[in-house]
Amino acid sequence: MFRYLVRRILWAVVLFVAVTMVSFVIFFIVPVEPARLIAGPQAPPDAVERAKKAYHLDDPVWKQYLRFMKTLVVDGSLGKSLATRQRVNDVVRAAAPVTISLVIGGAILWMLVAVPIGILSALKPRSLLDRAAMVFVLVGISAHPVWIGLILSYFVGYKLQLTPLGGYCDLINPSTDCGGPIDWFHSMILPWITFMLLFSALYVRMIRANVLETLNEDYVRTARAKGAPESQVMRSHVLRNALLPVVTMLGMDIGLALGGAIFTETVFGLPGLGKVAVEALTGFDLPIVMGITVFATLAIIVFNLAVDLLYAVIDPRIRLS
Amino acid sequence: MADDLLVVEDLQKYFPITRGIIFQKQVAAVQAVDGISFSVKAGETLGVVGESGCGKSTMARCIMRLLDPTGGKVVFDGRDITNLSRAQMRPIRREMMMIFQDPYASLNARKRVGFIVAEALEVHKLGTDAEVKRRVQELLEVVGLNPEHYNRFPHEFSGGQRQRIGVARALAVNPKLIVCDEPVSALDVSVQAQILNLLKDLQEDFGLTYVFIAHDLNVVRHISDRVMVMYLGKVVELAERDRIYAEPKHPYTGALLSAVPIPNPEAGRLRKPVVLEGDVPSPINPPSACRFHPRCPRFHEGHCDVEEPPLYSFSNGHVAACHYPLERWPLTAEEFRTSRDGPTKAKATAEAEA
Amino acid sequence: MALLEVNDLKTYFRTDDGIVKAVDGVSFEVEKGQTLGIVGESGSGKSVTCLTIMGLNAKRNTITSGTAAFRGEDLLKMNSRRLRDIRGNDIAMIFQDPMTSLNPVHTIGKQLVEAILLHRDVTKSQARGRALELLKAVGIPRAERRVDDYPHQFSGGMRQRVMIAMALVNDPDLLIADEPTTALDVTTQAQILELMNRLQREFGSAIIIITHDLGVVAETADDVVVMYAARIAEHGPVDEIFKRPHHPYTWGLLGSLPRLDTDTERLVQIPGQPPSLLNPPSGCRFHPRCPYVMNVCKQEEPELKQVSGGHDHLQRCWLDETTKDREAAKLLHGDMAEAAS
Repeated sequence: MFRYLVRRILWAVVLFVAVTMVSFVIFFIVPVEPARLIAGPQAPPDAVERAKKAYHLDDPVWKQYLRFMKTLVVDGSLGKSLATRQRVNDVVRAAAPVTISLVIGGAILWMLVAVPIGILSALKPRSLLDRAAMVFVLVGISAHPVWIGLILSYFVGYKLQLTPLGGYCDLINPSTDCGGPIDWFHSMILPWITFMLLFSALYVRMIRANVLETLNEDYVRTARAKGAPESQVMRSHVLRNALLPVVTMLGMDIGLALGGAIFTETVFGLPGLGKVAVEALTGFDLPIVMGITVFATLAIIVFNLAVDLLYAVIDPRIRLS
Repeated sequence: MADDLLVVEDLQKYFPITRGIIFQKQVAAVQAVDGISFSVKAGETLGVVGESGCGKSTMARCIMRLLDPTGGKVVFDGRDITNLSRAQMRPIRREMMMIFQDPYASLNARKRVGFIVAEALEVHKLGTDAEVKRRVQELLEVVGLNPEHYNRFPHEFSGGQRQRIGVARALAVNPKLIVCDEPVSALDVSVQAQILNLLKDLQEDFGLTYVFIAHDLNVVRHISDRVMVMYLGKVVELAERDRIYAEPKHPYTGALLSAVPIPNPEAGRLRKPVVLEGDVPSPINPPSACRFHPRCPRFHEGHCDVEEPPLYSFSNGHVAACHYPLERWPLTAEEFRTSRDGPTKAKATAEAEA
Repeated sequence: MALLEVNDLKTYFRTDDGIVKAVDGVSFEVEKGQTLGIVGESGSGKSVTCLTIMGLNAKRNTITSGTAAFRGEDLLKMNSRRLRDIRGNDIAMIFQDPMTSLNPVHTIGKQLVEAILLHRDVTKSQARGRALELLKAVGIPRAERRVDDYPHQFSGGMRQRVMIAMALVNDPDLLIADEPTTALDVTTQAQILELMNRLQREFGSAIIIITHDLGVVAETADDVVVMYAARIAEHGPVDEIFKRPHHPYTWGLLGSLPRLDTDTERLVQIPGQPPSLLNPPSGCRFHPRCPYVMNVCKQEEPELKQVSGGHDHLQRCWLDETTKDREAAKLLHGDMAEAAS
């Protein structure tokens, strides 16, 4: 177990370096002058030159990369935005909680929806419920989050005036004109629903398939042969096994989503990592892009690792091999 | 020997077990096959019997070079094929084919039967398209299938029919040797008989040599000329078929024979099987000296766990690796447990002789 | 009254291709303390018969008729609560594949205790004690330590012993064993069969053993039912079935066995393969494969009739008795002549 853990961590480090390196390099293939960005579009050439020198933009790529890594690892700093000169750490620190609320809240919601529907569909295959669930799945997977978001905004937000149309309300420290838990919840409902639809559709399908498969396993038949009531068979034998793989998928999906639920954030104007990333990309603001990449990569790696460990804990076949 | 089609000397196949954080280091090995030697004459059938973990399937794959042996020698038709490269093995693969156990998994479900049977012919470029097709239809007929079913898919056939397709596939290139890896284990009894009869007929018609692997002693007896018994990666006994069933020498063979249920109620009720204790040990850490000693009712402490028994030679090419072989057969359970004679006076052989 | 009386049991499955008649009119009895062997090949209906008796078929798309009276109560008409009371308690079942029949994420101790607590009002530690008792009885070495191990930490033979322990933990009157040794090695099979015989003597339970292995049947059964294509082809005491078989399918089965005690150049082959249960053949279901087929066989299905001179020996075949006796003798003497030579 310990060996496994150490090996995973070492690989995680390698992965981190690889991802950041590739992101960094890609940026340099794009033919744009960051120096010009810094100096401003109207700046004269010598101002651009000074900017270049100040930001070491004339150094070779690998040197800039190493400098970046050194700053990151030693100082814990992600540098400064080229456009606004804000510290990237601060930008990420401000945007992250928004994305985290969106993703975690969305995840809870999607599991609350997917698990019961998935299980019930599996228990009554081809019934009306099952067919309705499959239609739901189809819509959820096919409909684009932007479309869903706009439709919901329009009908629920605009027409029915039930929720705000956009913007984010901080949960703890009110920074804008709204704040506090109730406002936060209110402003997140539509984004949550938009975000979770796709995932709940996918998970309904997966859970349904897993439960159907598990129901056919020999050990379920053994449990019934022992005289166990159906509720116990489901709880102790079917679900316990069927939902194991769902745990791992959940961890990975959350990790991935933390990188930025771009569409949902854009539609609802939530100042999360996705929105910030999109702006930084269009503005060729390398430090911010790198900063978000670092955060996202770390999130994915950490979650994947956590999921692997969790799986090793809950599945005795892995724990004891 | 001149007419030995296949000679195996000290064949060894270990599967490494590695540990390590960054760099994998081998710490142990699964000793699947640990030094076995035997030979097969052209035209005969060598039956190989053993239970799970004895290494018979691994041995089969090593002979066919589907796995690379970690030691020893495999000589096929006079040629040492142990270390030949892929390219060098290619023409030789025409001469040795394999029939597998699971008729459902060993045929590619997405390919038509005609393609499956013809594939080897195509690979070795044996004939024009028309000739190949004709040959395939011929083969289908030989194995008792309708040649018109050339274009059907495997799932349209029953288990027994699929196994016939497997046989046709093996025959396509006119091999000299066919290795049958439990070909009837997955089939119903009545279908099993069909396939066994078919294999016997084909052997006569085409002069085939078989290495027939099975765990069912009844089946092996029916089809083999000589029988080899394996346990935990080693050969424990090898003899002509009738001798092994009438007069087994190795206690494991005796236990195997006595464990087979007889479809005769009277005899069955009288039968007192020698029931072995415990399970087959792990091939990662096999017992010292004689591998069978922890479960052997005849175990002699100080001898069997210290000195590995070589293959002692008894009459007529009958060899057995036991210091205290069975005196005669059948034995009562009591007689089985106590060897009245001391250690055997037979001479050891390094190799099994034909 | 016999312990279990099955009468005209039928189990039909509705599928997309039509109705599959998996069991089509099966009747037999099991007496207390006796062993009934049900023999047949794949598709004969032998497993489905017992799954139906236990009520373990999927409910949807399954049509069941007939009766299965256990101590007078019809299992097929019981409400589910009463049936669950009986399952694992009065009637227990073990299945073929010990690798997949145990839940991989629970310890075997937990699964044994579950079996006990479902039917006995005892504390967990008492249940655990009983579980240990059974594990020792079935020969699991170092049971105190192994009771907290998971199924994947046991070998196939050990797992089957655990299954047997789990089945016997509540002292059932009837144990149904569905191909209990098919997935095991021959020496392990000998261990398990010996264990089952010993436990039967100690606990006094009746056993129904389902198998395709005639050797196993010969050695363990008192009575034998030979099933073919969802029906009974022949039924009788084990000595009569093996000494005086009266059905061509039984002859085929016996003749197609390669055997240790006889020597045959060529095995008897039953041509063709088992029929489709969607559309069974007309008349006698065995007729397309029968070497003795007559015209009547294709048109009318024979009834189960007593063999004259037999003791509760039934067979379903149009051939006359003399021919049958002659063929049976040929089969057996042929074997014995070969064995003598």
